[in-house]
Amino acid sequence: MGLEMTYRDALQKAIVDEMERDENVLIMGEDIGRYQGTFKVTRGMVEKFGDRQNRYNLRILDTPITEAGFAGIATGAAMAGLRPIVEFMTMSFSILAMDQIINHTAKVHYMTNGEVKCPIVFRGPGGAAKQLSAQHSHSMEGWYAHCPGLKVVAPSTVADVYGILRTAVRDDNPVIVYENPGLYAMKGELPEDPDFTVPIGKAQILREGTDISLVGYSRMTHINLAAAELLAKDGISAEVVDVRSLLPLDTETIYASVRKTHRAVMVYEDWRSGGFGAEIAARIGEDCFDDLDAPVVRVGGLNVPMPYARVLELQCIPDENDVVAAVRKIS
Amino acid sequence: MANIAEESLTLSPADLKAYYREMLFVRRFEEHCNTAYRKGLAGGYMHTYIGMEALATGWLNSIRKGYDYVITAYRDHAHAIVLGTDPVAVMAEIIGRKGGTAGGKGGSMHIYDPKNGFFGGWGIVGGHIPLGAGLAFASRYRNEDRVTLNFMGDGASNQGVVFETLNMASLWDLPCIFIIENNEFAMGTRLEYHAADKELWKRGLPFNIQSERIDGMDVVQMRKDAQRIVDWVRENQRPYFVEVMTYRYSGHGAADQDRQLYRTKEEEAEAMQRDPIARLRAQLIEQNIMSEEALEAMELEVEEEAAQVMAKAEESPFPDPSEVYDNIYTDMTPEQGH
Repeated sequence: MGLEMTYRDALQKAIVDEMERDENVLIMGEDIGRYQGTFKVTRGMVEKFGDRQNRYNLRILDTPITEAGFAGIATGAAMAGLRPIVEFMTMSFSILAMDQIINHTAKVHYMTNGEVKCPIVFRGPGGAAKQLSAQHSHSMEGWYAHCPGLKVVAPSTVADVYGILRTAVRDDNPVIVYENPGLYAMKGELPEDPDFTVPIGKAQILREGTDISLVGYSRMTHINLAAAELLAKDGISAEVVDVRSLLPLDTETIYASVRKTHRAVMVYEDWRSGGFGAEIAARIGEDCFDDLDAPVVRVGGLNVPMPYARVLELQCIPDENDVVAAVRKIS
Repeated sequence: MANIAEESLTLSPADLKAYYREMLFVRRFEEHCNTAYRKGLAGGYMHTYIGMEALATGWLNSIRKGYDYVITAYRDHAHAIVLGTDPVAVMAEIIGRKGGTAGGKGGSMHIYDPKNGFFGGWGIVGGHIPLGAGLAFASRYRNEDRVTLNFMGDGASNQGVVFETLNMASLWDLPCIFIIENNEFAMGTRLEYHAADKELWKRGLPFNIQSERIDGMDVVQMRKDAQRIVDWVRENQRPYFVEVMTYRYSGHGAADQDRQLYRTKEEEAEAMQRDPIARLRAQLIEQNIMSEEALEAMELEVEEEAAQVMAKAEESPFPDPSEVYDNIYTDMTPEQGH
């Protein structure tokens, strides 16, 4: 038996365990200290690593609301040997920091021809939460996974978010950890092994099947599991591939599944056009053409700025019925 | 704001000779860069430091080389050379060779030498300013007494991320010196057309940062001011904001071939009267530190040295195509092929 906890608490446990293991690890972000974090991932940490009364505490550091500035300061600190974890209140706000992340952080190692390392983690909730509307609901993972020099992970389970975040903190390269806010309250089990980690760059099969591969990551993996349940009632055996890491992408595991089932549906919450799922679908089509009995189908978010009204918002985000409908198109 | 740091430095004749040689070498090096660009040996964007040499010499001889951190924008050759990077490696980088500081992957704008404390070499105007504060953050975090020199141009001083960084540097007591190399032009846009207040030094004041403006055309005064400020920051563990007045004689970059679009020949001629190298030369003679003959001998030697640097850099081969994926990551490559 492992430890039962929420995805949110697993995130905190990974951060705390890494900060206790290595004093070069710190966390900074907006309202993460005294206010305990907007999504409460860092609840109680300011007391654990310091004192509420301190004007500033460099290990758990409340920043001004200046995403570009603190993303850059964290990058410089990483260049000088620290291992910062940067929390974005939402990944939508990381857009302000994209010049730093893409034009600076991601280029450090290459432009110095390997002389300088940049061990840094940028993490936070991405995708729709609940009625946060157009400016707070972006899925940013595809934007970052487009960029060589970054690693991008999107874990879907409690054990994975814990294990992958620990690996990300120890990685000598910049890693983006994409967390869907819809997962924060989800409960799951953490292995008891105190040294438990999960490697970056490995996909996994969360449900075996023979008729079709449902490929996804983060919260969409749970949508795929629900769709597989529905399909099973109709006698369709769906395999659920949890991609976990977008960059690097474990094409071996994805292709092995497709070669077994001969059909694939790619599911992602990001805008359907040009989202990272489109890249995965293209690779399956290009590399597994002879194994496919039908075209690879994409199920993505509607190509609209996220609307506020709950009924419209839900319309935009793919659900298990959308996945089942896509499966029917090619079965 | 009053100068709160005390001036205490005296410079020896040997120091002045060394600064003359160093500044002259930087100028000859930069002239070779311009020639290399015209010949097609160097490409892309390339920006020389001609006219501004006293800043690199003044500031970088005031720090603990190899211990303190230095970061700048794309006008970066002089900083690397004065910090002690092999000029052959700098030139090889500028002409895109394997023997360059970044193996030919960076070019003129991206010279690095972390073992000498030099963290680049950055191309986005103002974008590296938070990185510099981050270097200072690391030394603050580790309770070291390192100082970070964070150079930018006058154009960069308008970028939003610079103001964000000044706020955090003051808020968190970062030992970082923000240095505006004010050469009066943001590319081809004159100071008065890009800055609402031409006194850029005041931009540290709203953030409660000690701030001042100094002259960057007299290397002796530059060196003294730099030492005074570096010592104060090391002692007080607070940021500092300095506007250094200078002038570049060359265009913004090698591609800027028509300086008359934004300034007159008369103005350039007037600025030449303040040339830091000519000024120090006159002082060396006036103070009987060097004779005309000794100076001419040194000048010839420097000229030959710079020519040799160019020749040696050209001997370095081009990078091998197999290296293109190297060092994107420490431990993997992205998907390969077109």
